[in-house]
Amino acid sequence: MKLHEYQAKQLLARAGIPVPEGRIATTPEEAEAEARVLGSTVVVKAQVHAGGRGKAGGIKVAKTPNEAREHASTILHMQIKGLRVRKVYVERAANIAKELYLGITLDRDRRRPVVMLSTVGGMDIEEVAATTPEKIARGWPDPILGLLPYQARALCFDAGVPAEQRNAVADIAQRLYGVYVKSDATLVEINPLFIQADGSVLAGDAKLDIDDNALYRQPELREWKEVSPDEEAEERARALGFSYVQLDGDVGIIGNGAGLVMGTLDAVKNAGGSAANFLDVGGGAKESVVKAALEIVLANKKVKSVLINIFGGITRGDEVAKGILSVMAQHPPAVPLVIRLSGTEAEAGRKLLVGAPLESRETMDDAAREAVRLAAGGTAHFNS
Amino acid sequence: MSVLLGKDTKVLVQGMGREGSFHAARMKEYGTKIVAGTKPGAGGTTVDGTPLFDTAAQAVDATGANASIIFVPAPGAMDAMLEAIDAEIGLVVCITEGTPVADMLKVASVLERSSSTLIGPNCPGAITPGECKLGIMPAENFKPGPVGFVSRSGTLTYEIADALSRAGLGQSTCLGIGGDPVIGLPTPDAVRLLNEDPKTEVIVIVGEIGGSAEEKAAEYMRAFGKKPAVAFIAGRSAPPGKRMGHAGAIVSGNQGTAESKVKAFDAAGIPVANAPSEIPALVKKALRH
Repeated sequence: MKLHEYQAKQLLARAGIPVPEGRIATTPEEAEAEARVLGSTVVVKAQVHAGGRGKAGGIKVAKTPNEAREHASTILHMQIKGLRVRKVYVERAANIAKELYLGITLDRDRRRPVVMLSTVGGMDIEEVAATTPEKIARGWPDPILGLLPYQARALCFDAGVPAEQRNAVADIAQRLYGVYVKSDATLVEINPLFIQADGSVLAGDAKLDIDDNALYRQPELREWKEVSPDEEAEERARALGFSYVQLDGDVGIIGNGAGLVMGTLDAVKNAGGSAANFLDVGGGAKESVVKAALEIVLANKKVKSVLINIFGGITRGDEVAKGILSVMAQHPPAVPLVIRLSGTEAEAGRKLLVGAPLESRETMDDAAREAVRLAAGGTAHFNS
Repeated sequence: MSVLLGKDTKVLVQGMGREGSFHAARMKEYGTKIVAGTKPGAGGTTVDGTPLFDTAAQAVDATGANASIIFVPAPGAMDAMLEAIDAEIGLVVCITEGTPVADMLKVASVLERSSSTLIGPNCPGAITPGECKLGIMPAENFKPGPVGFVSRSGTLTYEIADALSRAGLGQSTCLGIGGDPVIGLPTPDAVRLLNEDPKTEVIVIVGEIGGSAEEKAAEYMRAFGKKPAVAFIAGRSAPPGKRMGHAGAIVSGNQGTAESKVKAFDAAGIPVANAPSEIPALVKKALRH
């Protein structure tokens, strides 16, 4: 789960990390009023869950409250990477002398958090890492001990932070590590971290991603969750206990188990087609689950055929077949269905499906080829 | 016994709730020695003839359990894993799905200082066909034989094991290590175990997009491989930035792409199947060489 900048900055401020004074606005008039209250040059910033806001024109400096209103009115009508901007953050402008980068994320190989500090701030850190990796200082705190003072200091020395700011930056690194742990973050970034003309240090931006698996113990952050319209189907699927990811193709996919579904997507690609979605119904799929899954997949108007790939373990093939038949009886889908059942009671399941208006195949590869053929406008033969 | 588990494995089931007792019964049917269960407060009672204990340490003292399987729900999974490691249980399998990454980082840190091996979490478990099943996989898809098998996925593992078994290629040990970003036994470590195992003649590595475990495993086999291997990567068609069900299956930036994994396997001389259905033929070919 992603937080907005203003939400992330709230968590930073609580942890004692200096952030610019700012207020949220949902209309140009509010933005003007907030700029007036701040009484200085402000920055009007789009609040969307997407990177590259600045490049997209979603961050603008306003010298007067009037200008803040004008910028807000432009930004509030924007779409950034397909996401509509609904809020702007009006923030007191900093007096920037230098920009640093500070971030904490997971190092999967080392199975530890990694703290990264660089004097090359404001840039895409992945690009810095790829072109000039030596410009990023890294430290790997023990998750049980946390980021120790000597480690934070070492990062500052390694990154070449100016002596005057060393203590302040080390302190912010430790506090940020506290935010990372306390909020169950998978990523927290201050990019840029400003050094101001007067020598003080200030968080220019803030990015925070929360571990979805930990939301059960983050009641406040759970409340902060915002679902954009294009995430609604994914959210609805999650509420039903399965995972759905919308993709760009036209073959709808339903399967059980993340790896098997990924394999099915690949099989569709191998057959020359492209998947419309990823949908994992999980273990022990029952009739109601199969029905809900089909509905979500079919709600995507791009879908021209649906491929259902079930490898029965605990899930029984005959149960899945019954589920599909009942769905088809109630709401016959407008696009052809291809089903591949294997594993537990697969044969019984296939027998049940004989005569039903759908294609049944014994292997994943055959089923994928058939679904791709049908999506491309091929005629359905229904098991002939 | 091939690697990690066999006839002498004595299993403690942590979390003898509905899930735990259901799968304990399935494992028993398979012939796994289920010697104890834990359920705090239920010590002294039994479930289907299996004695229950209040703590893992008590269960180990009383029964000599040398392996455990965890069915405790996610909020208690870290505690259960740490309890098993603290009780010096050699092999711990955690089936639980949805453990927070922060919890797994702590577990991994403790694990490094212990002598326990942890499989999972969010995994189907491990099986040495014909000897011991320590997991939730449908046993009929697995047959004894020379193929060592490690996989990050669940049902895909059953699918591939089934295809191997049907092709007359039984398995020495199958390790379903789980699809989370932080796991107890990452792919390279699992591959190392199978590489050192005399009963394993060929290794099948089933990976997914995300992370760099497959690259590391390929590097290891390139340097130290004693036997042939065959690989498959799920998620070759997945776009960057989208998490494909498993928390660990995500391409972020230029990290974790299928291309990078395929390239690493190519460099190690390990053929990569385009589809699970190609794996049996590649394994047969590898065994002939």
